Amino acid sequence: MTIEARRITKRFGGYTALDDVTVVVPDGSLTALLGPSGSGKSTLLRVIAGLEVPDAGDVLIENEDVTRKPARTREVGFVFQHYAAFKHMTVADNVAFGPTVRKRPKAEVAARVARLLELVGLAHLGTRYPSQLSGGQRQRMALARALAVEPRVLLLDEPFGALDARVREELRAWLRRLHDEVHVTTIFVTHDQEEAMEIADQIVVVNEGRIEQSASPVRVYDEPASPFVMTFVGPVTRVGGRLVRPHDVQVLTDAREASEQAVVTRIVRLGFEVRIELLPPEGDVVTAQLSRTEADQLELVEGQIVHIRADPVGARREPAGA
Amino acid sequence: MSRLALRAVALSYLAALLVVPVAMVFHRAFEKGIGPAWDAVTTPPAQHAFFLTITIALIAVPLNAAFGVITAWLLARHDFRGKRVLDVLIDVPFAVSPVIVGLALILVWGRDGWFESTEVIFSTPGMVLATIFISLPFVVREVLPVLEEEGNEQEQAASTLGARGWQVFWRITLPTIRWGLTYGVILSTARAIGEFGAVAVVSGKIQGRTETLTLYVEDRFQSLDLTGAYAAGVVLALLGVTVLALMTLLQRRHGRI
Amino acid sequence: MCPLPASTATAGRLPGRRVRRQGVGGPLLAGGLSVAWLTLIVLIPLAAVLVRSLDGGVGAFWDAVTSAQAVAAIRLTLIVSLLVAAVNAVVGTLIAWVLVRDEFPGKRIVDGLIDLPFALPTIVAGLVLLALYGPSGPVGINVAYTRAAVVLALLFVTLPFVVRAVQPVLMGLEREAEEAADSLGAKPSTIFRRIILPALRPAMLAGVGLAFGRAVGEFGSIVLISGNLPYETEVASVLVYGQIESGNTTGAAAVSALLLFISFIVLLAISFLARRGVAR
Repeated sequence: MTIEARRITKRFGGYTALDDVTVVVPDGSLTALLGPSGSGKSTLLRVIAGLEVPDAGDVLIENEDVTRKPARTREVGFVFQHYAAFKHMTVADNVAFGPTVRKRPKAEVAARVARLLELVGLAHLGTRYPSQLSGGQRQRMALARALAVEPRVLLLDEPFGALDARVREELRAWLRRLHDEVHVTTIFVTHDQEEAMEIADQIVVVNEGRIEQSASPVRVYDEPASPFVMTFVGPVTRVGGRLVRPHDVQVLTDAREASEQAVVTRIVRLGFEVRIELLPPEGDVVTAQLSRTEADQLELVEGQIVHIRADPVGARREPAGA
Repeated sequence: MSRLALRAVALSYLAALLVVPVAMVFHRAFEKGIGPAWDAVTTPPAQHAFFLTITIALIAVPLNAAFGVITAWLLARHDFRGKRVLDVLIDVPFAVSPVIVGLALILVWGRDGWFESTEVIFSTPGMVLATIFISLPFVVREVLPVLEEEGNEQEQAASTLGARGWQVFWRITLPTIRWGLTYGVILSTARAIGEFGAVAVVSGKIQGRTETLTLYVEDRFQSLDLTGAYAAGVVLALLGVTVLALMTLLQRRHGRI
Repeated sequence: MCPLPASTATAGRLPGRRVRRQGVGGPLLAGGLSVAWLTLIVLIPLAAVLVRSLDGGVGAFWDAVTSAQAVAAIRLTLIVSLLVAAVNAVVGTLIAWVLVRDEFPGKRIVDGLIDLPFALPTIVAGLVLLALYGPSGPVGINVAYTRAAVVLALLFVTLPFVVRAVQPVLMGLEREAEEAADSLGAKPSTIFRRIILPALRPAMLAGVGLAFGRAVGEFGSIVLISGNLPYETEVASVLVYGQIESGNTTGAAAVSALLLFISFIVLLAISFLARRGVAR
């Protein structure tokens, strides 16, 4: 299902959460709404779900205008950051909830529940209660529950935000595999750019109620549309008045065209990479990232005076307003 | 002050004020043996008082429970002008003397009252109204914190899964508050059974007609039938202790879930 | 009924699109029922008291509340209630302390006992105290028909308020502040006075307020043990009862109105003070 949110505006009292925002989500894709806290990404997701009513704009699911329809008629599956598990029901009953309230026959419901629990790897835990599950298991249950209603679109609100780093990584990859298997159009909200970069087909960067860029992970990283996107999606440093990626900073022993002087203030060896902090005569600390080989060849020591510039060939096209 | 000294003060205070007096009532009730005590509480007026007390509670408590759940839901899930006022008003019954409650009901429903009616004062409906007044806040005060603590994410989730408003309430909200509701019902039942001042004013204390168990205790005392008074007191005390034990038991079991 | 959160903003709409607010029916119905019930059961009856109290004009009101008997009753009520509130502030906190910080066999049972005054009908409470501290009491103490009896009865019924208010706060206190003070050389009494007591004050105030409110209106437990002697042991609630019995409903309403006024003022003051101190 193609999802379209057109010219959405949403205010809470005097505060504008979303300002004339338009997003298109292609059918079958896994799209990330990426942005810092308070950017409006969760609000946008909830507007698409029908949990919030926009002050202006439309929401279309497969060209059907659902803006006026309540959440329960939109056939969306929603997964909450803190699981929203039905604590008084077993795992199986949780998953069965959607079909049950839609009055599906018991046998059909049971079969569907069994199949979904199998899919998310909770087959043997159906009779447990959510309080007896780990965070990661609860979230997988929430996913199974959302999938049980055969939704047209799956919406996840910071689904891994409440989990440990290790579990987060595992579930992230697992979600991608699940998506490849189930093929439901999926939108998930995150503030973790690594997460978005790793699994999304499309990243929508949101900031202060506006869309900064909507593109593939590669393009968002290599061709950021604004300084904000560039800064948010990857490491940045400022050389020669430009924003560049640390791995695009050339460290040279002699002056070259467009280079400037700097003092090496710190050398940090991080296994294969070496991070060098340099201080030019004016301006802030510059961070350069070199491979170990490159760093060894330069034989750098702290206090040494070197020349730095943005890689004239490698450094990507600078975003507007840098 | 040393730990032992503090403990001694606390325990002796409780013993002198609470434990020993209650024990004395049991002692007095059964002083002449179980037989006379049993006879005292099985006289027709006593039996009538017992059933009247239960009847009034059976009417007042469910009504207040419904009010309590609806009002708690309203306060926990919605914002509106006057919300604070509603919240404060709910606690009013705690601040009003029972005698004033009785007076108020007489002024509304009694002779020369606003809605003068012969069916209310000196009759069961009046006592029910008095009981509802004094036990009003309990269910709200037990259910509201649960709803606030829990948040409405489960309800939102149910909504996205296709449940209609009533289904969400029945399948999600109600089960979530079941313990708060239980405690509230138990507390308001205990309060209803134990009410004295308000029903004393409103009932006219007509023996065999409008005497509740608490009024019966006073009646026996004033009639110098001390055994009867203490025996009926024991019945009420046992009801009270049962309530306490039930609450403690449930709270302990609940904690395990 | 619609369980959606009340977040539908009504502020400002862009031209060209009107979006309908969802699910107002449920809350409206609930609100209506709630308010109607409250009005019928509580507000109308109380209003009747206030109106009737002025039935004979302000003059009659004033006479009713300033008669010698009324003044005696009201004064006794206030003094005794304040006394009991003060005692509870100290003893209630002490009991809460022992229940939270001390360990001994049977502590669980003692903890449960605190709620006994809540579970016991007031008339039985009066009976209970009479059995031990009345004319035929075994220990030779007889406070029947004295003001001490009133104090005793009120101490009984107000016992749980301060204890139950302070207990959770005490349980939730972070010991680190006390440990820090200890490591800096403070004596236990100093730690209690300067670290613990301030943290407990809002809860104590709340409990004291509730105890006071309860004491001012208490009736059932006092009626048997005090003898209800005018000018001696008659409290305001008993005075009102007597006036109702003798058909002087206007006088009863006047004294009641005054009592209500006093209770509400005190409760508002306490809740204001308590809320100011609570770091929620």
